[in-house]
Amino acid sequence: MSSMNQIEEEIISDFELFDSWEEKYHYIIELGQKLAPLDEKYKIDEYKIKGCQSSVWLNGEERNGKIYFSADSDSTFVKGEIALLMMVLSGQTPESILDAKLEFIDALGLRQHIAVTRANGLSAMIKQMKTYALAISSASK
Amino acid sequence: MTPFNINKIRSEFPILSEKAHGKPLVYFDNAATSQKPKVVIDALVDYYSSYNANIHRGVHFLSQKASAAFDEVREKVKTFINAKSEREIIFVRGTTEAINLVASTYGRKNIVQGDEILISAMEHHSNIVPWQMLCEEKGAILKVIPMNEKGELLMEQLPALLTDKTKFVSVVHISNSLGTMNPVKEIIRQAHAKGIPVLVDGAQSTAHELIDVQDLDADFFTFSGHKILGPTGVGCLYGKLHLLEAMPPYHGGGEMISSVSFEKTTYNEVPFKFEAGTPNIADVIVLGTAIDYWNQLDRKAAAAWEKELLNYANKLISEIPAVRLIGTAENKASVVSFVIDGVNALDAGMFLDTKGIAVRTGHHCTEPVMQFFKIPGTLRASFMFYNTKEEVEALAENLTKAIALLQPHSVA
Ligand SMILES: Cc1ncc(COP(=O)(O)O)c(C=O)c1O
Repeated sequence: MSSMNQIEEEIISDFELFDSWEEKYHYIIELGQKLAPLDEKYKIDEYKIKGCQSSVWLNGEERNGKIYFSADSDSTFVKGEIALLMMVLSGQTPESILDAKLEFIDALGLRQHIAVTRANGLSAMIKQMKTYALAISSASK
Repeated sequence: MTPFNINKIRSEFPILSEKAHGKPLVYFDNAATSQKPKVVIDALVDYYSSYNANIHRGVHFLSQKASAAFDEVREKVKTFINAKSEREIIFVRGTTEAINLVASTYGRKNIVQGDEILISAMEHHSNIVPWQMLCEEKGAILKVIPMNEKGELLMEQLPALLTDKTKFVSVVHISNSLGTMNPVKEIIRQAHAKGIPVLVDGAQSTAHELIDVQDLDADFFTFSGHKILGPTGVGCLYGKLHLLEAMPPYHGGGEMISSVSFEKTTYNEVPFKFEAGTPNIADVIVLGTAIDYWNQLDRKAAAAWEKELLNYANKLISEIPAVRLIGTAENKASVVSFVIDGVNALDAGMFLDTKGIAVRTGHHCTEPVMQFFKIPGTLRASFMFYNTKEEVEALAENLTKAIALLQPHSVA
């Protein structure tokens, strides 16, 4: 597994190919449509992220010291955003997830297109992923 | 009938020739806020460039000029909504503040435990929450006039809802999320027969209807400047003079007093009693310019054009498979709200945004309406007289594309 920085760099250079909001939108929708489905048993309130304008369900599981996320949303675009986050964070160690600065999000030039509530949604997702990392790393100590 | 000169009208609104994401802007979020004609924009610059001053307190040239321009607007608003006296016009920040003002002054003074306040099933949050707060404080009860599946008030239930305990009625004239035009004149007639005062939330109606508060016999009427081609941060509360005079003040401070000592303050007369502090001078003056604009517009022709846009949009959008219109009242203003089977409203709204088309998605500050229809939100296109049929076509075409992209079965 490549390092988080490497993955972030790759995503940034992918986005550099797009020169319009339309192209970025289509790319993110495509990511959302390809996101592996979340097991229905996780689509309950316990896994729901509050603070998102649309519903998001997120689960994180530990395997061999790494955390793997799966998620779903009623919005395909939001699923695409989760997919981006998962590319970087899924399969990493709890420590590196906790340390992640995720500076690539700003580099993608997405924030300007995402209404305040949307940006909050993204922050809520990141916070939830870090909460999983924290819970798993403290459980293993 | 002379055709409505849409090209000339559009040329008066600079923003309408702007681009969004490199595409010609299609602005269909007029129910949220209207765009401004150049005269309005210029008037704001002119005020700050040539006669900015505080009013009613300076002996100097600028203050006199600003005071005169400010005072003139009260007269303009009076005529615009056909109030009896300019003293019945209070400048506020907008509809939200106007309703809060009435709830905290008239409401606090007159509502007691066990009283009932009646609103409707399609109110904007700003005509729900101030009354809920009042009810909580006083132990009063909030009652709701229900609606049917078309988004029309069940008027046959009104007589039974106007009880001996009902002390106030507050209803929206035109719903911002459904477009329904409510029979407020009839509601007022029935309420008055039982001695109950009525507030009409005119935030949406003022841009689409000729307002005559005397003909409606409304006790209070509210509107926001930014929805009627004027600036943000200014709006009006109309109240019948005898009601305003009997109401306690809202905020304390300068302008609203007649004399102050540490022992006792006597209040200024209506409307100044309700306008504490330096008012929003610039925006009030520019609201006057917006009203001038309405006065020179052929409003009958504008309304007819909006009706044409609405009918055309209804036709094109309801022809799209998977679309379900929300709000199909017989009497509707230029709002089309809808949901699409299998497509998230936000995803579709963002798709339209990539094409330069501005619509609103979500609950539109009317969550109870969404709860009634059991949906999280709608896509809403709301029209103004400066919109065109070509824009409506662009909306319909791009909606079809959005659905093709976003509907689950389209995924290979
Ligand atoms: C029906 C209705 N009432 C009240 C409001 C609140 O107006 P404002 O935000 O200008 O105070 C709005 C604006 O969205 C509205 O549409």
